[in-house]
Amino acid sequence: MSLPILSILILLPLAGAAWILLAPGSDDARATNGRVTALAVTALELALGAGLWLNFDTSTAAFQFVEQVDLFAPFLSWHLGIDGIALMLIMLSVFLMPLCILASWTSIQKRVPEYMAAFLLMETLMLGVFAAQDLFLFYLFFEGGLIPMYLIIGIWGGARRIYASYKFFLYTLLGSVLMLLAMIYMTGVAHTTDIPTLLTFNFDPSVQTWLWLAFFASFAVKMPMWPVHTWLPDAHVEAPTAGSVILAGVLLKLGGYGFVRFSLPMFPLASLNLVWIVAVLSVVAVVYTSLVALVQTDMKKLIAYSSIAHMAFVTAGLFVFNTQGVEGGIVMMLSHGLVSGALFLCVGVIYDRLHTREIAAYGGLANTMPRYALFFLLFTMASIGLPATSGFVAEFLVLLGVFAGSTWLALGMTTGIILGAAYMLWLYRRVIFGTQDRADVLAMPDLNRRELAILLPIALAVLWMGIYPEPFLRPLRAPVANILARLHPVAPAPPHRIVPTLRILPALPTGPAQ
Amino acid sequence: MIALTTVAASVHLASVETILAAGVFVVLMLGVFRGDRSLVPLTWVAVGILALAGAHLAVVPAGGATGFGGLYIGDAFSTFLKVLILGGAGVSMVLALPYLQRSATARFEYPVLLMLSALGMCMMVSANDLLTLYVGLELQSLAAYVLAAFHRNEAKSSEAGLKYFVLGALASGILLYGISLVYGFTGTTSFATLHGLVRGAGAADLGTLIGLVFILSGLAFKISAVPFHMWTPDVYEGAPTPVAAFFAGAPKAAAMGLLLRVAVAAFGGMTFDWRQIVTFVSIASMLLGAVGAIGQANIKRLLAYSSINNVGFALIGLAAGTREGVTGVLFYMAVYLVMTTGSFLAVLAMRGADGEPIETLASLNGLSRTRPGLAAAFAVFMFSLAGIPPLLGFWPKFAVFQAAMDAQLYVLAVVGVVASVIGAYYYLRVVMTVYFADPAPAFAPADSRVNTALLAIAALFCSPLGMLAITPLVSAASRAATALF
Repeated sequence: MSLPILSILILLPLAGAAWILLAPGSDDARATNGRVTALAVTALELALGAGLWLNFDTSTAAFQFVEQVDLFAPFLSWHLGIDGIALMLIMLSVFLMPLCILASWTSIQKRVPEYMAAFLLMETLMLGVFAAQDLFLFYLFFEGGLIPMYLIIGIWGGARRIYASYKFFLYTLLGSVLMLLAMIYMTGVAHTTDIPTLLTFNFDPSVQTWLWLAFFASFAVKMPMWPVHTWLPDAHVEAPTAGSVILAGVLLKLGGYGFVRFSLPMFPLASLNLVWIVAVLSVVAVVYTSLVALVQTDMKKLIAYSSIAHMAFVTAGLFVFNTQGVEGGIVMMLSHGLVSGALFLCVGVIYDRLHTREIAAYGGLANTMPRYALFFLLFTMASIGLPATSGFVAEFLVLLGVFAGSTWLALGMTTGIILGAAYMLWLYRRVIFGTQDRADVLAMPDLNRRELAILLPIALAVLWMGIYPEPFLRPLRAPVANILARLHPVAPAPPHRIVPTLRILPALPTGPAQ
Repeated sequence: MIALTTVAASVHLASVETILAAGVFVVLMLGVFRGDRSLVPLTWVAVGILALAGAHLAVVPAGGATGFGGLYIGDAFSTFLKVLILGGAGVSMVLALPYLQRSATARFEYPVLLMLSALGMCMMVSANDLLTLYVGLELQSLAAYVLAAFHRNEAKSSEAGLKYFVLGALASGILLYGISLVYGFTGTTSFATLHGLVRGAGAADLGTLIGLVFILSGLAFKISAVPFHMWTPDVYEGAPTPVAAFFAGAPKAAAMGLLLRVAVAAFGGMTFDWRQIVTFVSIASMLLGAVGAIGQANIKRLLAYSSINNVGFALIGLAAGTREGVTGVLFYMAVYLVMTTGSFLAVLAMRGADGEPIETLASLNGLSRTRPGLAAAFAVFMFSLAGIPPLLGFWPKFAVFQAAMDAQLYVLAVVGVVASVIGAYYYLRVVMTVYFADPAPAFAPADSRVNTALLAIAALFCSPLGMLAITPLVSAASRAATALF
């Protein structure tokens, strides 16, 4: 394919942002121009992404749509390419982006052009992360995302926005700089910054541990994993709705993507030796953050804690080293991207009407806002993992994988599912059911057409993924098998278990897919 | 007896300096007869002379030829730095014009002193002997002392000049003492001879070692590295803003170049000895620069700590002691020169309703509402100075970290990245002030098209677009670094 489609995909939002910022005119005209341009650009990006998906060859783990230009020698080169994992995450990003723009259509009235430009910039950087095939190009996009997000939280955020934006920035920066040193070390040893080459490079076992830990510092913060998760609730609560959607929907996936792309295949030995760290932190995160979510009085904070719990499923799945676990972890990222994004949008809908996120302020919405109640119910169920929703596919695969790896771990993770059902259902009960006598709440209108247009596509995607996940799983298969093949020579014998798993599930291979 | 042709060759080698020296007298004479009202034409004449000298760099021998009996050298290293010096000095002359005219300090000596300083700096980076080094350094410093006190009716400016002079003289004394020790124990002041004499660990005797420490201390003062940094915030704050802009740029690059040449070309055999000192100075500068800036309410003091911080990062490359490390330092200084000059240009645009300069951080509140362009420039410079990719300021840091990792200085690299996170805090504070706070009274509108254009160019250079400059800059820096090894 001669058309540099990935470059277009990455640079188009940048051009859109420049046009929005530089367009002349009155404030109102510039605001309208910003909204329309941003929507048009993100819609075009979605179309380009769909084209990418349709032309993607799912039978191979090789990187496709590869472009390479030696632009910034000697430090890095403009080298792009995607495999199935990157493709799915790119699809998630381009799918959520127009919805974010629509969600901000009326709720953002302050400095609209800057807002829209920041989101387009964000899109450029996120797509760049997934498409980068050069180690430092990846780092550039990975870190660069901090700047627009810092501005989005800081300018359009809530009351404690400044504290939250600082915390977000410095926390993630500290994690990332250690990864930078590890990357520099790696290129010093391997004499290349090319990711496909590094994927097959065997690093000295003694340094793998250090490199793994440095990468872990960065990805664990991004993910975020317990106990470095504390920036997330603050950032979510203070960010505007669309900012939360992007944060939960895509930015949190950067950590998981990093584990899949770097930690597992580049440092297989260290991944194996240090798996206990991930397992312990995941179990603690699932149980602890679920319990914390139970006592929240702020809707956004509750969903933020539930995000941390779901991300712990991702890490647990990725680090059991079998097909179900790794695929489940990635599907969990996709599903969580859709579901948590939708939940934040749902919160945004009622926040726009009543301007409070306090759960106690609501109640009885089922009577006045039936359509809203329906959508909220669907996404609540998807978050819990009800069959026929995307959450089920994700949680089932992860638990299957984890169970094959370690039953003890599976025991802990399952607790999280039960607690997850508890806090989500309780949230739903308090917001939607019950009686309501406050006039302002009763007067809240049901979903308008714009809001329907935002929630309906996500609902359809969630159901599609839940009922027929094959199109989402197929692109993942070859790259996941590839990663497991890297891990296979060092893959562990199944650890001790309370039930002899293999007898119950004889068909499940614990190594890579055959 | 030196043949006439040798003299001619030497003068040809030093033709940049010759042009500058002749130019100084021309501008000085014109100024004496035409008076202060000729400041603007004289400034442009001076810029023209700097440009002429710069153009002459193309014909000056740069293959490592020495002149004046080995006192003087022309190589790719000196050429690289002279481009920075002449560019920095020229921009500093131009950007000062509106400020000088407004503040009733429109004296024609300004371009003259800057040219003298540039002449001194050019001698510094071409020095191939400890004595040339000293003469160049003093010429540069003496002009700088006067410049710091240029606003002579203002107590703060006079204080800055005096403080700079007293401390600078002390540093020069230390440097001279170090030179005399080295001469006393080795019998030479020539870099080349020194390089041949002291080779390997333990080759140098104690006297040479102490001399080296004194020389490094004197030079550390000039680049405002901790623990010889105390003058920096006071001088930056007290000196007129354009002068502070100049101090932060070209002289730092020149002194850093001098330090590189002394460390590598003269004492390259003692890398193991000076590496400990440089490592300590680097770590101390990075940390103190990062922490010291946090409490500052004056933007010029903040930028002073930022320069201390940045010098610390640049020294990481020297600590590596390799060709890649020196390349990193040179690349760092080139980018830093643009970043810091740009930041000061933005500070120059901070003027109250009556045109009086404002320097408080609080006056930047909500600047993005009142002056979106200026606010964006501030954001670019701050993120760039903080070293956040994809802004250009990240890549010099990257280069020196890479050199340090290759030289297995892991602890230094880790301290460096942690310091960069601490430093990010106060750079973010400026961005926060500019973007998140409610607007303060608006500044007076921009009054100089030239300065606005310079600001825009600097901001574009520091933006991700500047990454296109990586390849040419690094290859030039690499050629320059190769000349030292």
